[in-house]
Amino acid sequence: MEKIKVEICVGTTCFVLGASALQDIEMFLPEELKDKVEITGANCLGLCKNSHFGDAPFVRINESIIVSQATIDSVINEIKKLVK
Amino acid sequence: MNNNAERFRRELLIRVIRGYLDGTLRKDIDRIPIELRPKTMEAASRCCVYKDRAVTKYRLMAMLGCGVEEEVDEAKSLAEYLDDAEKRTELSPNILSVLDIACQACVESQYIVTNACRGCFARPCTFTCPRGAITVVGRQAKIDKSKCIDCGKCTKVCPYSAIIRVPIPCEESCPVGAIKKDETGKEKIDFEKCISCGKCLKACPFSAVLERSQIIDILKALKSGKEVVAMVAPSIIGQFPNRLEQIAEALSLVGFSEMEEVAFGAEKTTRNETAEFFEKMAAGDPLMTTSCCPAYVEAVKRHVPQLLKYVSHTKSPMGYSAEMVKKRSPEAVTVFIGPCVAKRKEAQSDANTDYVMTYEELGALFAALEINLSELHGITLLREADGYARGFATSCGVTSAILQDKAMADSTEKPNAKFINGLDKKSMKLLPLYANGKLPGNFLEVMACEGGCVGGPCSLRDVNLAALAVKKQVEETK
Repeated sequence: MEKIKVEICVGTTCFVLGASALQDIEMFLPEELKDKVEITGANCLGLCKNSHFGDAPFVRINESIIVSQATIDSVINEIKKLVK
Repeated sequence: MNNNAERFRRELLIRVIRGYLDGTLRKDIDRIPIELRPKTMEAASRCCVYKDRAVTKYRLMAMLGCGVEEEVDEAKSLAEYLDDAEKRTELSPNILSVLDIACQACVESQYIVTNACRGCFARPCTFTCPRGAITVVGRQAKIDKSKCIDCGKCTKVCPYSAIIRVPIPCEESCPVGAIKKDETGKEKIDFEKCISCGKCLKACPFSAVLERSQIIDILKALKSGKEVVAMVAPSIIGQFPNRLEQIAEALSLVGFSEMEEVAFGAEKTTRNETAEFFEKMAAGDPLMTTSCCPAYVEAVKRHVPQLLKYVSHTKSPMGYSAEMVKKRSPEAVTVFIGPCVAKRKEAQSDANTDYVMTYEELGALFAALEINLSELHGITLLREADGYARGFATSCGVTSAILQDKAMADSTEKPNAKFINGLDKKSMKLLPLYANGKLPGNFLEVMACEGGCVGGPCSLRDVNLAALAVKKQVEETK
């Protein structure tokens, strides 16, 4: 099975609004997900432009699913939905 | 960052900065509380969106640098406060304040019996309580508040862990007992006792402690075209996932004329502190303590005056850096950028440091201008600060710097160094013991924040990750 691609935006806006706390998400992944997920940093997904910066930090999963106001919990929940 | 209060504060900061820079703030600022909490919003953070808006207004006032405790007319608009902020030339000496309408007047009762209590047969709680304050009524243990002395013994013996301690977070975090309830049950800061460490700011779950920002004053200076120098504290390394060169470029895009590493000042602090240590020891002093942490120095002045004679007279890195900048460009406006609340206090008595900006505010400034540090090439630094000087940002960093100083390396006399990593109620009790010579050691490094400056109340990144980044940089530039 192809790995689930998780991109954490590390652009400055996302970082300031909370992505700094997403850096260690790998440590919080449940055992059964660890080898199914590939986590990378993304250099500004461009989602914070306009007045939507309030929804940062953003995480993108499999190029299509956007998690806004992302937390470690909400990202892991999205990943779980894909595995089921 | 891992909570809603910090997130909300940063979002507000970004709006204020963006609005100020593009000239729309005066027109829009009174709309911000409504935009963020429209009446159609389902979930208010407090009782209703109207209360949320009222609290947001006061939060914005503090961001404009206006004191919420000085409010005379409740109907005064934020636009008018912005006018005041733009006109002022002097900063208020008060830095922290408690917003009474946001303070929840947390319950005084420290120990409570939860419904996990089964009203068991053994009842160790009633036997253990030294004051007989616990009785079992019905199937539930009850604590008689008038008898309870907050010893906590009952919490340890309950087989169901049914008795818990509910702290008052701000009071718990204050190392010096400066924040206390007034007659209405709301918290108040006693400024005679307050050491401006900012721990209460971080601790309050309702974000009821506000800090007066100087961001408008700084933005005004930047807009005016004056030469404005960004003096970045050694802890800047590790605050962003970027190189120092990229931070320097971002600062220049913001409009700062140059970036000065305060680690240069730390080099001078190291030399002078080492020399002072030898002088003091030769003069027969039993102890010398560091002086670079302003919250610690305030703690000594206000709470352990007998220790003051042992605090070094060497200036802090900020003090030396600002002195160097003003020497080469006397007209320049100097802005210290760091994680610290107490630096605001130190800067007020330092003629060379004009303003203080926090990392949180710096991050918001970059975000407001949509400067993405990762995309920048970076500016070549004219000179890199010494690795040890950059290490001032972490606990034990000052001591490590002094131990490698040339004068120290050449000497046979080595200090017996001790550390206090973070001031709290417990470690505050050690300070008088050091003053009276009851504890060993002749060199004492004290950092008010746990982990050192990287653990400061206004930092952007987790203290451990930030400390790792600083240590890595120290190794690379030794």
